[in-house]
Amino acid sequence: MSALQDKYKELLDAATAADVSNLNVSEVNNVLHVSGEAASGETKDKLWDIYNKIDPDYRTGDLILDVNVAAGAGTKATVTTDSTNLNIRKGPGTDQPIVGKAAHGATVTLLSKANDQWWLIKNENGDEGYAYAQYLSPQ
Amino acid sequence: MKFSKNLIAVFFMASVLFFGCKPKDSDVQAKITEKFASMPELTGATASVSGGVATLSGEVKDDAARTLAESTAKDIKGVKSVTNNTTVTPPPPPPPAIATGTDLSKGVTDATKDFPAVKATVDNGVVTLTGTIKRSDLPKLMQSISSLNPAKINNQLTIK
Repeated sequence: MSALQDKYKELLDAATAADVSNLNVSEVNNVLHVSGEAASGETKDKLWDIYNKIDPDYRTGDLILDVNVAAGAGTKATVTTDSTNLNIRKGPGTDQPIVGKAAHGATVTLLSKANDQWWLIKNENGDEGYAYAQYLSPQ
Repeated sequence: MKFSKNLIAVFFMASVLFFGCKPKDSDVQAKITEKFASMPELTGATASVSGGVATLSGEVKDDAARTLAESTAKDIKGVKSVTNNTTVTPPPPPPPAIATGTDLSKGVTDATKDFPAVKATVDNGVVTLTGTIKRSDLPKLMQSISSLNPAKINNQLTIK
């Protein structure tokens, strides 16, 4: 086990214990890359709490924790912006025109994932478009 | 007459001896299990024996290991035939590619859009963050950028 895997052992153990699927741990140029799909947002949050505990405020820059929440088409998700509306855009990017909004706390339906950042969703009015995944919590 | 009686007795004895020598399925199974456990390639394989037929199951690393499991089981005394139901473990998925180039720059722009006091630069896959952020927003930003899988994140943010 490398020094980095040793440093983040608690995190890797927690990921294994939480059954993170497709868990992949690799080391490239002294940065540990951990990727996979967590079954729930709680699992992801827990892993980030452990990361913050081992490396306060994520200062060292020796870990990329690329664990995302697994969510299939049809999954309902809550809009978890701070307080504002979530923009729904025509395409996956903030340079894309806004085609609709989803209110803070509203429920939207996941149609597909363009990538880990942008999900194609439908809001309660039936508006379809891409929203930033960081502000969506699968229910 | 006496001779034939003896002959019957001999046949009887022989048959008792013959059947007595036939190994019990459970013993054969234990022997195969023990043999598999001693071979590192076959630790994932299991065997069950019924009527001298050994059925192998479990996951092994490649086709060579499957063949080895079959020949190993065949060599055990008491095994009449082998049904090889072992499967080859699929290889683990390759690690996701580390992001560089325009996709990463665009992704970082999207991730920092809601944090106007944060400045981000991207150089050869390395994302450097400067400026200020609230501590409660830091995990959100770090998660967004990490999900792009850059080579490294240099977090030089001042935390308010």
